[in-house]
Amino acid sequence: MHIMEGYLPPAHAAAWTAVSLPFVVVSARKVVKIFREKPKAKLLLAACGAFVFVLSALKLPSVTGSCSHPTGTGLGAILFGAAVMPLLGAIVLLFQALLLAHGGLTTLGANVFSMAVAGPWVAYALFRLLRGTGRSLGFSTFLAATLGDLTTYVVTALQLAVAFPDPVSGFQGAAIKFLSVFAVTQIPLAVSEGLLTVLVVNLVLKYSRDELEETAILAGGVQ
Amino acid sequence: MIFKRNGILIALVVALAVIPLMIPGLSDREEPFAGADGQAEGVIVQSHPGYKPWFEPFWEPPSGEIESMLFALQAALGAGVLAYYLGYRRARAKFQEKSPEHVSH
Repeated sequence: MHIMEGYLPPAHAAAWTAVSLPFVVVSARKVVKIFREKPKAKLLLAACGAFVFVLSALKLPSVTGSCSHPTGTGLGAILFGAAVMPLLGAIVLLFQALLLAHGGLTTLGANVFSMAVAGPWVAYALFRLLRGTGRSLGFSTFLAATLGDLTTYVVTALQLAVAFPDPVSGFQGAAIKFLSVFAVTQIPLAVSEGLLTVLVVNLVLKYSRDELEETAILAGGVQ
Repeated sequence: MIFKRNGILIALVVALAVIPLMIPGLSDREEPFAGADGQAEGVIVQSHPGYKPWFEPFWEPPSGEIESMLFALQAALGAGVLAYYLGYRRARAKFQEKSPEHVSH
């Protein structure tokens, strides 16, 4: 989902930066607020950021014969709400842009939007919806994290299709091409992310149930 | 319920990563298991041959080895913090279980 440095025309790069920046600012405020009001949750929030670090470093093979990586942003969205993720995602994307030449500074806004705004919001909304309609914690977590991951890659494909519409078939043709590169490859990886997110949620619940109950951060309660 | 069995979850993730490697033909391609990010670049070059990236990274890992080192570092940092958290909580939960009179918040 990393749009490479210089691969979005300047107007697109500027527009996505303008869209993402407010999310990152609000997210930073939210994180500071959690640190101040729920100091006990600090370490768990750091663990959610760490999960993004691990998962976005894992390039996994897919059934399409190409490789991609999960994002890890669903966990934090489920435990703390989607609002904390833009800051955590931006930190990871900045690390990769500066040290790994993966993604870039001009494409940071677009990449933050797909990975740290769109994906987490879909995961969070879906999790609330599923929990609200009585689905189990495990199933809700799995589906939310899986579809959140997939959303990130669909958004990346659409961002590229808007910037590079096909000369013949236009936006639609380009969207199909980019979706077949990103979204299809991502399906099994998204499932992996869903499974790993459930695994971590299980462990967190097992060892820090009190923490989750006290801070009331798990959307919809722990039951 | 499979979502409560951590062993099954791990086994499924491993299977999802291994199965693509075993599908006949996939590994014999010209560029087997290339990155999707790079393939997207290929789509752009094909449909917009005139497009020139207007910005270059300030620094790029000089070799594949350095790049994989940095990716390993990224994963290690994340795994380290995550394992610290889970280990710390596990030990704390165990300690509280054994001596409930010492529980303090």
